[in-house]
Amino acid sequence: MSNILIVSLLFSAIRLTTPMLLAALGGLYSERSGVINIALEGLMLAGAFTAATITHYTGNPWVGLAAAILAGALVALVHGVACIQFKADQVVSGTAINILFLGIPALLSGAFFESTGATPQLPKGQLIPMAPIVLAFALVPVTWYVLYRTPFGLRLRAVGENPEAADTAGVDVSRVRYLAVMLSGALAAIGGAYLSIGQSSLFARNMSAGRGFIALAALIFGKWRPVQTMLACLLFGFAEALSIQMQGVSQIPVQFIQLIPYVLTIVVLAGFIGHSRAPRALGLPYQKKR
Amino acid sequence: MLELREITKRFGDVLANDRVSFAVAPGTIHALVGENGAGKSTAMRIAYGFYSADSGDVVVDGAVRRFASPQDAIALGIGMVHQHFMLVEPMTVAENIVLGIEPGNALQLDVAGAVSRIRALSAEFGLAIDPTARIEDLSVGQQQRVELLKALYRQARILILDEPTAVLSPQAVRDLFAILRRMREQGKTIVIVTHKLSEVLEISDEVTVMRDGKVVGNRRTAETSAAELARLMVGRDVLLRVVKPEGHPGKPVLAVRGLSSGALGTKDRERRLDGVSFEVRAGEIVGIAGIEGNGQTELIEALAGLAEPAAVTGTIELEGRDVEGLSARARRAGGIAHVPEDRHRRGLLLDFDLAENSILGADDRPPVAVGPWHLWLNREAIRRRTEKILKAFDVRPPDPDLPARSLSGGNQQKLILGRELEESPKLLLVAQPTRGVDIGGIEFIHRRLVEMRDAGCAVLLVSSELEEVTALSDRLLVMREGRIVGEVDPARATPEEIGLLMTGGNAAA
Repeated sequence: MSNILIVSLLFSAIRLTTPMLLAALGGLYSERSGVINIALEGLMLAGAFTAATITHYTGNPWVGLAAAILAGALVALVHGVACIQFKADQVVSGTAINILFLGIPALLSGAFFESTGATPQLPKGQLIPMAPIVLAFALVPVTWYVLYRTPFGLRLRAVGENPEAADTAGVDVSRVRYLAVMLSGALAAIGGAYLSIGQSSLFARNMSAGRGFIALAALIFGKWRPVQTMLACLLFGFAEALSIQMQGVSQIPVQFIQLIPYVLTIVVLAGFIGHSRAPRALGLPYQKKR
Repeated sequence: MLELREITKRFGDVLANDRVSFAVAPGTIHALVGENGAGKSTAMRIAYGFYSADSGDVVVDGAVRRFASPQDAIALGIGMVHQHFMLVEPMTVAENIVLGIEPGNALQLDVAGAVSRIRALSAEFGLAIDPTARIEDLSVGQQQRVELLKALYRQARILILDEPTAVLSPQAVRDLFAILRRMREQGKTIVIVTHKLSEVLEISDEVTVMRDGKVVGNRRTAETSAAELARLMVGRDVLLRVVKPEGHPGKPVLAVRGLSSGALGTKDRERRLDGVSFEVRAGEIVGIAGIEGNGQTELIEALAGLAEPAAVTGTIELEGRDVEGLSARARRAGGIAHVPEDRHRRGLLLDFDLAENSILGADDRPPVAVGPWHLWLNREAIRRRTEKILKAFDVRPPDPDLPARSLSGGNQQKLILGRELEESPKLLLVAQPTRGVDIGGIEFIHRRLVEMRDAGCAVLLVSSELEEVTALSDRLLVMREGRIVGEVDPARATPEEIGLLMTGGNAAA
């Protein structure tokens, strides 16, 4: 069997890992700064839709990608304003964004393309199937370096652990959190763009299919650390690749095989979450004293 | 050097600082004393730029300054060590110190440079801190020295310390004072905010006393006394010594043998019990001294029935009857009352009113609960009971409908004590009874504990205030690392002897 099968399985796993890894690294920035980002799913959809639409109009996927990054950062900014400025519940705000981006692409594609949910098919020359993969894996060491070797990383970690201490030391807590949340939106949007203009050639409704949530799970399983998070993403990516490869091969009904990545998520989280320590200020708005 | 002029600050209806003025001379140690809520911390936070004053001026080096944030104060050489340390626990000492003023450029943090600078500073002032250690692995005393280093690294000339000794063992206090004196020799100016008069007399050159938001006195330390300072703080004469007649211990009420509890977290090695045995007789106060975190909390919780039952082994007998394995409720019914160390977490429901708080633990039986299966609360009985407690224990304001949160620490504690004593317990477990309680309240609580003893109650007292346990106890046990490491006669033992037992001879702890 085949080395070919195994090699194709590995490539498929890496391709499937890429969008999750980008979203998870995005989530890492946000959550290490203390802002829960359950909106990764919605941010991916925002990125996927923007990338496909702009690429369709400009014919240039790089412009599409840049637009997706901008869109992701802007949507994340909304989450940031709600959570940082108005101290809203971070889970509620994130959920609102997720629900919003189930609907918005359908609405807009109705207006632009007279379709409810999908954007027009893009020609093969207007796709970027490789760049996001390279970017995603390159971002792992970059993120590690930023986190542990730069002033910004130090402040990011401090703000997520003990914002009061960071504030006392002269760190602008809100600024760091805004930056982190927007960075997180940009990265998740790249992950989404890869889905629409990398892996496939159009945007389809809810095409992220829960990958944003699995990315969040990988982030937790990876203890909010870049390398471990990548390994967790690879685990989920491999499970998904396996489930795709097994379809049609075995006697098991397809629906059960498609369950594998999701069941794995639950099992992994139930089994390991207890050993994982979140940034201490995660989910807590920072209230400066009078 | 540092001067406050006519500082006034309001929080809503509360006048926290009312035309507060005092000056700190360069190269001195200046103590700012007062009861809780006297406005000391507010005044210092204004001096540090954390709050801005409604009116009045902060004067540094002869010029009026406006601070928009602590950063402005830091830039002028003012550093503050907060009572609750401002440290990021999973990060290293060096990372914590450089946070906010990172050396190097945006792309690269110069950790090595910082580490060597911190080493030099640490050596200069005798702080003995390893810059590469993680904060969470350091003792409380060491963490405090990291805070000092943080200020020194920012070139502070004026250091403000907010209640610096509250969390330290006697030895660590001595070390801290040695460091502060050394800093004074090197020309630093130090302001120490405290309510412990013995420490004021020991370390300071000058004292400013505050009461109710006002400065009520300035003294040279050499020319004042504890009695005078206490009078200024409280506004009346205060008995600083516990008056305690000879005790008449009766038969044993509590007998603990071989009590152990397993470590629940791997890191908290010292936070457990390891074969603890002792007795408390009727009509005596047995004190437990020790640095916090050496098993005192676990001991009290094991006795009160609050510990995870599976983790506890050994026997606990109340008047010869085994109560180990009984629930907290059943132990209360058997005559054990408990004044917990953390009154906000264990002692009160802060958003419930005083009446509701005063029936906790008595809520399932007459006269509070009536009717078939005690299904109804008798509001009239609850009211009578609450009013009785509020009156007998001088809880102010005595309004049963107020939420517990609105009371001061001292009044919250009096409410809890009143509630627990209402049941006429055979055994009273009381932990840190006067933490965050003002001097007037301390006097009241101490008197009540001695009265309970004289009424024949067995009292087990845990306190990290060495003066308090030695003054109140008839017998004093010392705990370290979950074991009882010695029993001393509180009337004879010196603080040094007890301190040595508490730390196991390890002065750095």
